[in-house]
Amino acid sequence: MTTPLAMRTFHFKIYRYDPDKDAKPYMQDISVVCDPMDKKLLDAMVKLKAKDDSLSFRRSCREGVCGSDAMNINGKNGLACLTDLAAFPEGKPIVLRPLPGLPVVRDLIVDMTQFFKQYLSIKPYLVNDDNLPERERLQSPEDREELNGLYECIMCACCTTACPSFWWNPDKFVGPAGLLAAYRFIADTRDQATNERLDNLEDPYRLFRCHTIMNCVDVCPKGLNPTKAIGKIKEMLVQRAV
Amino acid sequence: MSRLVVGAHYGVKDWLAQRITAVLMAIYTLVIFAAVLAGATSSHDAWRGFMAHGVVRFVTFLFIISLGYHAWVGVRDIWMDYIKPTSIRILLHVLTLLVLIGYAGWAIQIIWRL
Repeated sequence: MTTPLAMRTFHFKIYRYDPDKDAKPYMQDISVVCDPMDKKLLDAMVKLKAKDDSLSFRRSCREGVCGSDAMNINGKNGLACLTDLAAFPEGKPIVLRPLPGLPVVRDLIVDMTQFFKQYLSIKPYLVNDDNLPERERLQSPEDREELNGLYECIMCACCTTACPSFWWNPDKFVGPAGLLAAYRFIADTRDQATNERLDNLEDPYRLFRCHTIMNCVDVCPKGLNPTKAIGKIKEMLVQRAV
Repeated sequence: MSRLVVGAHYGVKDWLAQRITAVLMAIYTLVIFAAVLAGATSSHDAWRGFMAHGVVRFVTFLFIISLGYHAWVGVRDIWMDYIKPTSIRILLHVLTLLVLIGYAGWAIQIIWRL
């Protein structure tokens, strides 16, 4: 006979809002019983969804690669699929809210249009007017090294929606995710549009709204450091100006 | 027509100036702190004599200018974050500048009168 698995009940307070039905958002109290096989917050949420199928949230890969299940967990942005269930203290409800600063579509699903607009504004692709090489554009291992900590971003928007500067000026400030991506192309030796990219960012709003608050670094589920990348862009702008 | 425009192509000089003025003010604060510890303010006459010294006047002047510039960039940033209508923002920018320039002039007048 197998030993019974230790079950644990998790209590949740979840932000609910269905614009077709609800006059305004409310917090729903709901609990779910999990077994030791449920490792991550997302596992519990999938069980919650089975219990109350009106609950809406985005999810896809369930292993921190797609960036779909970003949400505000107990006041801090993170990915449900990378958040350990065991780490939640007993007796306290887990409070789930949508990412702050973006319009809510429904429940935990936010409209990320503004976020992607800012991302696209930095031209997130390689600009190189040379003739196409036969195979690929090569880089030295040292030059390639520079891209580490930049290319890994999964665009989950945890950082940008944790940034007060983005909350105040989402239409003008590029935000940490966009600026990290901007530096990813500025730092790429195969890219030829460095000056244009710096021109595009030399602006009191687009780049200089960053006041090094570092919420972005605090919440990044991939452990990246947008503040450092922003600092490097500022450094390059200074180098160019003096 | 409402069209969002960004791309003023400035910011790096102010950002740099804010950092440089911060360093200058930090050094000045340490120097004054050391002077106070060394007894430069033991009496009113000592304090007065210290502030009237040529070098102290020179660095205090730089401190006041740094403070003004630093405060200008910082306060302007606050207006840019929270005040959306352009007309009110310009008014606040101008008022801030006038107040800071007035304060700087006044402070310099006080220092150089010693």
